[in-house]
Amino acid sequence: MNKLKIIWNAIIPNNPVLIISIGLCSVIAVSNSVQSALLMTFAFAMVQIPSNIIVSAMRKIIPHEIRVPIFVSVIAAFTTIAALLSQAYFNSVYQIIKLYILLVVVNCIIIGRAEAFAYQNGVFDSFLDGIGNTIGYGIVLVAIAIIRELIGKGTLAGIQIMPESYQPMLLMILPPAGFIMIGILVGALETYLKRKEGKK
Amino acid sequence: MNYLENLLKIFVSSSVINNIILIQFLGLCSYIGLTDSLSSSIGMSFAVIFVTVSSSILAWMIDNWILIPAGLQPALQITSFILVIGSFVGLVEIYIKKASPNLYKAMGIYLPLIATNCLILGATFINSMNKYDFVESIVSGFGIAFGYAIAMLLLAGIRERLRNSDVPAFFKGKAIAFMISGILSLAFLGFSGMIK
Repeated sequence: MNKLKIIWNAIIPNNPVLIISIGLCSVIAVSNSVQSALLMTFAFAMVQIPSNIIVSAMRKIIPHEIRVPIFVSVIAAFTTIAALLSQAYFNSVYQIIKLYILLVVVNCIIIGRAEAFAYQNGVFDSFLDGIGNTIGYGIVLVAIAIIRELIGKGTLAGIQIMPESYQPMLLMILPPAGFIMIGILVGALETYLKRKEGKK
Repeated sequence: MNYLENLLKIFVSSSVINNIILIQFLGLCSYIGLTDSLSSSIGMSFAVIFVTVSSSILAWMIDNWILIPAGLQPALQITSFILVIGSFVGLVEIYIKKASPNLYKAMGIYLPLIATNCLILGATFINSMNKYDFVESIVSGFGIAFGYAIAMLLLAGIRERLRNSDVPAFFKGKAIAFMISGILSLAFLGFSGMIK
């Protein structure tokens, strides 16, 4: 029960993107097509889960004063691995979102989890926390990508979904719609959590 | 003359056309988090301009003098750039602490945050991807940071006014900041196509 709660906490009540509003850059930038969103989630998982495990395993020998440079070096190593892996297997999508995959290294979610969770908790709990945060990040990213690509291009992951006669609304895949979609989602989730609080 | 024109093109393109926040979405954390008041966003803008330009210079040197000749570019680029920026922000922090303790106190929490701002690392990667030469890298770094300052000041100014206005309950708080950024981004989209 307690273990499940670690995952659940990261998905809804403490959703890194919508509630704490960190790690936004890649969410808004990459969410204009489902393929890029999936690749980004893959890269994020490849960095978040192993770096949480490593930081947690080494937490007793990391001196408190220089912990941030050590976290960053660990994260940088896994980011390089994730970038090279995506270049090898998904090159066409990788070329489009290259910059954002390289920038996973400064994603506040990953550094934040290393500092706030992995540095203080056991290896298995940190592993679960990594999974939870990946899901919390990925769900938001993919959900926005589905809406934006469906309305903006009439396709999902490159496959035509809407009927031929559908006029795509180009604005949805341009930058402004990313901000507006996030704004609506933040408003919705905050209102939901406030209502839930009010009922208690 | 042609070279100067090229530099001007890079500056305009990196500051307004591809505005780092509103079009490329880098450095959003501080953009949303710090624009509550105009004064803190001004301080942050100056710090970001300073760090971005200096780390563009350092990263260019490391990239072109060490990594490319040694054939280490894709594997060690991320690690070395992040270490350059991290140590640089550390230096700036020490310098400001010595030079003006008041400014240090005012910016206390935000100064170390600059190291994890994706905008600065992004600027060094953009320079490296476009294979800019030394002067071009400096101009592009300055342009990017200048674009950041423009976006910060715009949003901070609007949000200061927003405090006294009647916002629908659904959008109270951060949500309205995102909606405004969407509209600002729409406005900046108008610059696209200015340079081929």
